[in-house]
Amino acid sequence: MAKQQVNPNPSSKLEWFEDRLPLISFMKAELVDYPAPKNLNYAWNFGSLAGIALILQILTGFFLTMHYKADAGLAFDSIQHIMRDVNWGWLIRNLHMVGASFFFIVVYIHIGRGLYYGSYKSPREILWGMGVLIFFLMMATAFLGYVLPWGQMSFWGAQVITNLISVIPLVGDDIVIWLWGGYGVNDATLTRFYSLHFLLPFVILGVVFLHLWALHNRKVKSNNPTGIDLKKDTDFVPFHPYYTIKDTFGLAVYMLPFLFMVFYMPDYLGHTDNYIPADPMTTPAHIVPEWYFLPFYAILRAINFNILFLDSKLLGVIAMVSSIAILFILPILDKSKVRSARFRPIYKVMFWAFIANFFFLGWLGAKPAEQPYTAMSQVATALYFGFFLALPWIAKIEKTKPLPTSI
Amino acid sequence: MAEKVSKKDVVDHGKRDFLSGTTKAFGAAGAACACYPFIKSMSPSAKVEAQKYTEVDLSEIAEGDTKKVIWRGKAVFVKHRTQSEIALAAAGDKTVSIDPQTDAERVKKPEWLVTIAHCTHLGCVPIDGSTENWACPCHGSQFDVSGRVVKGPAPKNLEIPPYEFLDDNTIKIG
Repeated sequence: MAKQQVNPNPSSKLEWFEDRLPLISFMKAELVDYPAPKNLNYAWNFGSLAGIALILQILTGFFLTMHYKADAGLAFDSIQHIMRDVNWGWLIRNLHMVGASFFFIVVYIHIGRGLYYGSYKSPREILWGMGVLIFFLMMATAFLGYVLPWGQMSFWGAQVITNLISVIPLVGDDIVIWLWGGYGVNDATLTRFYSLHFLLPFVILGVVFLHLWALHNRKVKSNNPTGIDLKKDTDFVPFHPYYTIKDTFGLAVYMLPFLFMVFYMPDYLGHTDNYIPADPMTTPAHIVPEWYFLPFYAILRAINFNILFLDSKLLGVIAMVSSIAILFILPILDKSKVRSARFRPIYKVMFWAFIANFFFLGWLGAKPAEQPYTAMSQVATALYFGFFLALPWIAKIEKTKPLPTSI
Repeated sequence: MAEKVSKKDVVDHGKRDFLSGTTKAFGAAGAACACYPFIKSMSPSAKVEAQKYTEVDLSEIAEGDTKKVIWRGKAVFVKHRTQSEIALAAAGDKTVSIDPQTDAERVKKPEWLVTIAHCTHLGCVPIDGSTENWACPCHGSQFDVSGRVVKGPAPKNLEIPPYEFLDDNTIKIG
């Protein structure tokens, strides 16, 4: 074993520093020299875009905390204070609000990319699992953040989502009271939600680090559009400048619709009812979650029947949580050795049907809980889970196209 | 040159395992106890618990009207039922099937229905329904004039809070 000691006569100050903390060489290895497959297409831009969206949320959110008041009596007005009185407050809040929606758009495309090109398969199961965990944390953070303006949608969204926990047998009701810090959503709830909304993005940041660690692991590395394992050195290019420039270009393109929304239609993706102060006595006639939760909300509402001793309320929650958690076991369900949908004719059709069905579920989630939407939601929910449950069988019968030997 | 091994030098694995086991157990128990105050700090505070009762003046609720009041942060319906509504509720005794309960079990005086105003599905406050007395705007549950669920997804009837009549015109909820 080589002698693991610092050089007593370093040739430069940099070497002296590097011997003590190899920060520069780490950054160079992971951000400059990282060997990336040379055939990555634009679908691969959304990972770094998601990272930028996260940083933007943390930065804008940090500046909002300087003006926001997490108090049931002050919260609603403090948002108006930010919008009207705080210098550039409107811009920072709009960036944060639209930024949340765009973060979800980016992450949905990022997940879709992984599904299409089989990025969840060996050896990327842990990488994929960390991603699903990030998605769960993102949903929690977004939900908590939506409560903070303390409008009608904030309040009743909080009421409905926290009540989901009451389905836990025996202790559910006590857990909800504990979570509320009262017997309903109240001031204590708002304050702790604010606290958690501040904390969780940093937890996400930590999991993002693990996600990237798993990706940059030299035994794993990035997947690519062909899905085949790359062996030759000539299949790779260094991350910088090839992908730094491509990611920068992608960022510029992303900024166009994003900033258009920020400046011209910041409330387009929100609900007008959230500009009515929270009223614990009256539920708005038509309550819907934010658009990015709609497909899962449709799945929750689709289950309106009991199965044996399990009531519909519990089953709905189980179905909704499973609809995302099933992604964790996707690497086990899909046994096909071929990763990319390019070489999987049946899976390719299934994938696009799944995406169409996902949009359909989103549309249904915004409709009132009545027929014919309930029946349609039930069919769409069955199709959603059917996609995952059919995968082991598809892997057996599918005739995949011949794989290229290299890119 | 075999040295004589003294008793001191022999590792007593049983004793070592016992010591490391008890250290871990006491450490874990101590850590769990240290968590308790932090977890408990999130439970309803003494101030919330102190607001235990809500008194409602019934004289201002006309027959057929419903008043919403707040009890411990929860909305409560106090409904002054008409004779026809009482008859309707009694008729419902035979038809409700999701969470069977007679109207008599749910009221202290037939003309007054006092019930928590949160749907037992996910807690929204039901509004006036077209076919039944209340309909939940969130997920479409429906409740009859006794607050009993007649259409899901709500699994249970609207909850009855503890209350008592202080006199003919006043109730104390809680």
